[in-house]
Amino acid sequence: QQQGPGAPMSTNTLYNDQGGAEAAVEVGQESTPTSSGTAAGFGLFSTDFKKNEDLKEMLESSKESLKLEAMKRIVGLIAKGKNASELFPAVVKNVASKNIELKKLVYVYLVRYAEEQQDLALLSISTFQRALKDPNQLIRASALRVLSSIRVPIIVPIMMLAIKEAATDLSPYVRKTSAHAIQKLYSLDPEQKEQLIEVIEKLLKDKSTLVAGSVVMAFEEVCPDRIDLIHKNYRKLCNLLVDVEEWGQVVIISMLTRYARTQFTSPWKENNEKAFYDSEEEKKDQVEAKPYVMDPDHRLLLRNTKPLLQSRNTAVVMSVAQLYWHLAPKHEVSVVTKSLVRLLRSHREVQYIVLQNIATMSIQRKGMFEPYMKSFYVRSTDATHIKTLKLEILTNLANEANISTILREFQTYVKSQDKAFAAATIQAIGRCATNISEVTDTCLNGLVLLLSNRDETVVAESVVVIKKLLQMQPTQHCEIIKHMAKLFDNITVSMARASILWLIGEYCERVPKIAPDVLRKMAKSFTAEEDIVKLQTVNLAAKLYLTNSKQTKLLTQYILNLGKYDQNYDIRDRTRFIRQLIVPNEKSGALSKYARRILLAPKPAPVLESAFKDRDRFQLGTLSHSLNIKATGYLELSDWPAVAPDQSVRNVEVIEPVKEWAPSVGKAKPPKQDDKFYSDSGEDDHEEEEGEEGSESSSSEDSSSSSSDSSSSEGLSFCVCIWVNIPTFGPVKSHELLHHMTGKGLSARYHFPRQPCLYQPNMVAVQVTLTNGSDHSLEEIHIGDRSPASLNLHCFNTIERLEPEASVTVSMGIDFSDSTQAANFQLCTKDDQFSVSIQPAVGELLMPSSMTEQDFCKEQGKLLGMNETSATITLAAENSSSQSLSKQVLSVANVGVVSSSENNIHRFAGRTVSSGALVLVTAESRESSTALLTINTDKSIMASMLLRDLKQALAQA
Amino acid sequence: MINSLFLINHSGDIFLEKHWKSVISRSVCDYFFEAKEKAVEPENVPPVLQTPHHYLISIYRDKLFFLSVIQTEVPPLFVIEFLHRVAEMFQDYFGECSEMVIKDNVVIVYELLEEMLDNGFPLATESNVLKEMIRPPTILRSVVNTLTGSSNVGETLPTGQLSTIPWRRAGVKYTNNEAYFDVIEEIDAILDKSGTTVFAEIQGVIEACVKLSGMPDLTLSFMNPRLLDDVSFHPCVRFKRWESERVLSFIPPDGNFTLMTYHVSAQNLVAIPVYVKQNISFFESGSCGRLDLTVGPKQTMGKTVEGMMITVHMPKAVLSANLTATQGTYTYDLATKVLVWDIGKLNPQKLPNLRGSLSLQSGAPKPEENPSLNIDLKIQQLAISGLKVNRLDMYGEKYKPFKGVKYVTKAGKFQVIRHDWTVFLACKGKP
Repeated sequence: QQQGPGAPMSTNTLYNDQGGAEAAVEVGQESTPTSSGTAAGFGLFSTDFKKNEDLKEMLESSKESLKLEAMKRIVGLIAKGKNASELFPAVVKNVASKNIELKKLVYVYLVRYAEEQQDLALLSISTFQRALKDPNQLIRASALRVLSSIRVPIIVPIMMLAIKEAATDLSPYVRKTSAHAIQKLYSLDPEQKEQLIEVIEKLLKDKSTLVAGSVVMAFEEVCPDRIDLIHKNYRKLCNLLVDVEEWGQVVIISMLTRYARTQFTSPWKENNEKAFYDSEEEKKDQVEAKPYVMDPDHRLLLRNTKPLLQSRNTAVVMSVAQLYWHLAPKHEVSVVTKSLVRLLRSHREVQYIVLQNIATMSIQRKGMFEPYMKSFYVRSTDATHIKTLKLEILTNLANEANISTILREFQTYVKSQDKAFAAATIQAIGRCATNISEVTDTCLNGLVLLLSNRDETVVAESVVVIKKLLQMQPTQHCEIIKHMAKLFDNITVSMARASILWLIGEYCERVPKIAPDVLRKMAKSFTAEEDIVKLQTVNLAAKLYLTNSKQTKLLTQYILNLGKYDQNYDIRDRTRFIRQLIVPNEKSGALSKYARRILLAPKPAPVLESAFKDRDRFQLGTLSHSLNIKATGYLELSDWPAVAPDQSVRNVEVIEPVKEWAPSVGKAKPPKQDDKFYSDSGEDDHEEEEGEEGSESSSSEDSSSSSSDSSSSEGLSFCVCIWVNIPTFGPVKSHELLHHMTGKGLSARYHFPRQPCLYQPNMVAVQVTLTNGSDHSLEEIHIGDRSPASLNLHCFNTIERLEPEASVTVSMGIDFSDSTQAANFQLCTKDDQFSVSIQPAVGELLMPSSMTEQDFCKEQGKLLGMNETSATITLAAENSSSQSLSKQVLSVANVGVVSSSENNIHRFAGRTVSSGALVLVTAESRESSTALLTINTDKSIMASMLLRDLKQALAQA
Repeated sequence: MINSLFLINHSGDIFLEKHWKSVISRSVCDYFFEAKEKAVEPENVPPVLQTPHHYLISIYRDKLFFLSVIQTEVPPLFVIEFLHRVAEMFQDYFGECSEMVIKDNVVIVYELLEEMLDNGFPLATESNVLKEMIRPPTILRSVVNTLTGSSNVGETLPTGQLSTIPWRRAGVKYTNNEAYFDVIEEIDAILDKSGTTVFAEIQGVIEACVKLSGMPDLTLSFMNPRLLDDVSFHPCVRFKRWESERVLSFIPPDGNFTLMTYHVSAQNLVAIPVYVKQNISFFESGSCGRLDLTVGPKQTMGKTVEGMMITVHMPKAVLSANLTATQGTYTYDLATKVLVWDIGKLNPQKLPNLRGSLSLQSGAPKPEENPSLNIDLKIQQLAISGLKVNRLDMYGEKYKPFKGVKYVTKAGKFQVIRHDWTVFLACKGKP
């Protein structure tokens, strides 16, 4: 790879492990006296001059407790926002302290001031570099955290190196930290983008639920446009989503929403037939009805996010809701309603955001929230912004059926002591009136009644709203206009006065007697009015002059003269304009002809619409949606593609697929817990997993699959294996464990599910199906004595009760110690005991192992001579094809397929479950349907038994 | 994501700041103060604000503002939820979340904030994990620490952080193994003057206190799970089993936690446990008014109603109240105009009554809005929805735990409003 040649060079100069580190510390000490001079200089401006001096002394002391005390006080200063930067040299010396709390506080300090004190900050770098190699994962992680938080450009190459290394760390916690560090480095130096993308690509493949959220976050910040990186990880992300921590879920869901909009076709092709299929889940019914078929991956996303609606984290619920809104077929979106309404019980701030989103949704989809209308009723204790949003939603939900209920609710709001809210309610009534024609009159009458309200804001708002309503259908409403003209004297709010004047002017021909009288009054009070009222007075005068000049000519001229000398130039302008327009003189001839048409043109009625009308241009749940403005870093949601891009990009290659018959090959993975998520675990099969994970132990022989971690092996090997998410239920042969005749009604069968055993890695998983064939229920079914007594067996939990005809499947683990000796134990009920035994076929004592052909040959080379068993066999006709040959081998033994470059040679690799010894199987098909079977393993007894089984399977039809 | 956090007290002093990325000057808070000024009441400050270069997302609780500074697009709920978690964590660590306690424990607060976010993205928010990394302060420990110089900070990564069940720490041991569940239901209701239910619903929560050794796997089942309409779970609850069998199956966190919250379906009629007869009137002349309140039990399922309290937000014009209560005590706060009548236990034989006169500011117009009443109450040993826990089973461990379930019903947002039915908007649908 080519990065600038400068990068590795500067790495070398700084990356001087041990020796350099000591030198650095020395430099640190030397530099103290010089910089303390500057510190004193700082001190003059600091109120804590004295205090900081003694802090410095404490830090220099040899007593740990004094240093800690000093650091605590310094952190106190930082917390208060006081400047403590002059202590930097004294603090940085303690960066390598043994006391972990002291060290942590020093880290806090460093991160805060490193940017200001870059040169001194460099002194600490070597300490972190050393800590990055510490065997304790917490120390490695926190070293990386601090190192990447020191925003000093010169250490960019070091950070890059550290990130790359941490990305392959065995501890998922460290890998998570490295995902965070990617974003820090990117913000420090965007030039590193390409290299960082490589790391992101690697981390996206990570199977740990701990890492997933953080790396997607890094992806979103560094390269959100590289959708192609997601393809291969899409299904994995969908599948592990439930088990990712809450915060990661939010980020992943948001990213997947964007992804899905670029990859799938729209499920919204409107077809009314669809609405009848309200069945929750599957689209089977719809398939025949319409050509649209949802991509299974699209469905997978919808299905796997749905349970998260039950999350306690409001952000998770919201993100699922927005995902459904943007991705689900229209009739499925309503599954989110209940959960959104539930969030309204949460904190005020949560309500605010959720209500905003509901407001946007309810414009398009009234039906979703209508059943929950009462949840949006305003309470007197709600904050103003909550009240306003609820009002908005109620207005959106109003229709013919519920309008009377809503209006009744509104009238209590009008009386609210919160006048701003009362005013908003009046606006809302106006909107209901325009939207629902049945209630226009009722609303109008109600609003007119409000005109006699004692509160000025209520009256003013009513006037404004009435004005808008009247404009829509002025013909029948001269009574109202008359009423308003009467009220005019008592109304003082200028906006309301202006509105009334405009109304009278606009419809002056309908109130021919009143209008001139109002103008007369206005002429008297003109000089004392507010500007908007004056402007409307001039308008009224002009309109009356045109329609009724006989009565109003003089009045108009008087008003125009007053306006001419007004202090406000707008009014002077307007007056001049109007005069030219309406009073004909020799200059203005041309225009005044049209004066009537200009002033009395019919005006379109205003549209009263929701403030949330166009909010849906933003993805729901985002900051941009909340502010109704495009926020920095907002990622657009693309439109559905007309034609779906290639679906196969999301297919994940099976490690080595056997065509058409893949199942048992996939799980080429050591018996670790990675494959199993908490949410999948049943009641009786997860006790051991935590212990295992915590200790990070075992499975040191897994190096075959992970190649990169050889450099940093510290005896810890948390397996980073690749596995394939195809369930690997091999050919299930079920065997009888207990016949119902001998078992007094209890019968049991067992099979080997060929999954890694969850209890202990050296156990073989066995699933036992217990059936009660008797006519009474059986109680306390459990495992009793076993023989040999040393048999290591993981019992299933006691089954308290098994009803007649019922059956239950339980899983257990048995350590067969790589022998086919039967495991004998007693199956007990409350009253009886039955001796049973499980005899494993040798092939079940193996686990598949994945390796390359090269590795295979290399390992085979080590297992020659005594360790090799072979035989030539005659293949049955059905087994002569390479496919069926593989199939037969896999049905006999739980091994993995190794890719082969030769057509006639098939290779299979496995390990014994108990001791982990390699078992290599080679089948070389020859002419005339014979084949040479070779088994290489140091377990020679197993080899011969396996050979016998294979022979039998391949020879028979 | 989250760039900085400022903690601001009621009077507008910034008393703590923490930055997870580059330092942002605290002058950014000026925009917030401006909005705060405009909003008058702290509750009315908009939670999301825009400034020329940053976005401010804040929450207000326990008389403190938690103000976070954001630089790029982020789901606002993500930040809000996180800020509430921070406040809850303080509560959990120090027993309360106040300016004083945060200042007293500033080092622990800082260490906590450092662990909770990395580069502004949540790293550890589970109380169990955090407590292993940073131990909560106790008097004993602080004495020991000063003597021995040992620290509050854990040296190894908590096991919870790595496992798929981060909420539980490994190696839990108790001598007495016990699991207690409190089923707490709140009635949210709006009643009109005549006692008719305008709106009523039940919100329930199951609080658990589980002190069990090892890795217990619990299954909790209900007699009548069909009652539950909408539920939300602690992450430990296996959703699939709930879907298929309607049982709660989970490996519990250690200690106290909220197992689930639920909503009882609207189809079920909500029993309203009390009624209030009220008569509050103001006279047109003489600047005075009358108040007469009587409370009685309604549907209490034979249980006693305790902790009755009625709060009335009086109109601004009401200067003082001269009342007599047959039971309990009343107070009238002149500044906030809030009348509180603390009744206590409700005696069905002798109904509590509060009556007397109200004096109004002279000359003030007759208040137009009739005040609404807020009701508080508590009924022990009753879940008003009728929800019953059937059984609790434990798997995975051998010992026999003590188990217990307690039921309590409380009033949530329980309001009696006075609709004035002399309606101006008499809607009859069609003309």
